[in-house]
Amino acid sequence: MVKLVAKTPCEGLLPFSYGTVSLSEVTYDSLTSVAPFVGKNKAVADVFKAAGTPMPAVGRATGKDGQRAIWFGRGQILLAGLTEEGLEGLAAVTDQSDAWAVVRLEGENADAILARLVPLDLDKGVFKRGHTARTQVQHMMASITRTGVQTFEIIIMQSMARTLVHEFEIAMKAVAARR
Amino acid sequence: MRITCPICGERDRREFYYQGAAVALDRPAPDAGPQAWDDYVHLRDNPAGRTRDLWFHEMGCGAWIVVERDTVIHEVYSTELAEKAAR
Repeated sequence: MVKLVAKTPCEGLLPFSYGTVSLSEVTYDSLTSVAPFVGKNKAVADVFKAAGTPMPAVGRATGKDGQRAIWFGRGQILLAGLTEEGLEGLAAVTDQSDAWAVVRLEGENADAILARLVPLDLDKGVFKRGHTARTQVQHMMASITRTGVQTFEIIIMQSMARTLVHEFEIAMKAVAARR
Repeated sequence: MRITCPICGERDRREFYYQGAAVALDRPAPDAGPQAWDDYVHLRDNPAGRTRDLWFHEMGCGAWIVVERDTVIHEVYSTELAEKAAR
């Protein structure tokens, strides 16, 4: 019988670092999208609250390392490493664990690297810890969350993981070379 | 060109996909007759000036947006969620 080996999206590609910044893969136990049905926002928020992680507002993420609730677009929240009990009849819940790759960009000047790839102001004055945005990294649609002063988590479609790593490598080398 | 998404705020034009005139929000009644349906499906104005378009925030939050803008001077006057404009 064929024995299948589980591989993460960025296996063999990460981690690496250039200058002050490192890029590494983040593996969550599960990724689940939650899209509240019309009129059920409040009920879903109550479920989130009872579970201990508040439902994130537009452009915000809640939770902590390994367990996050991330605003993921219009009427949609991504649960990363969190389970989704009690949402039956309140929201469309979809397992997305194999659909996305998650990487962490960390270190002094991390925002200088993103400035080369993302058409959005991610300066710490306007894009603070706990802020999140759906935007693009080069031509790829992405979710970007600032999880710390110099730390970002970037979520990208799994099929584009290799391209994402490649784009980051170019930008990280270029920023490191200019310092 | 910058477009203000009612959900995400002001964003680069790259994040948006252009669909066309916002006529899709003014669907005729099923019994409106062939002329009304022909206009709805096929006929579009090509204004030099103010126009209402549908844009899709494809790379962002996924919202459909009605954008009122000027085709001559490229100014964007207003944006609104299509789900609200349709009501």
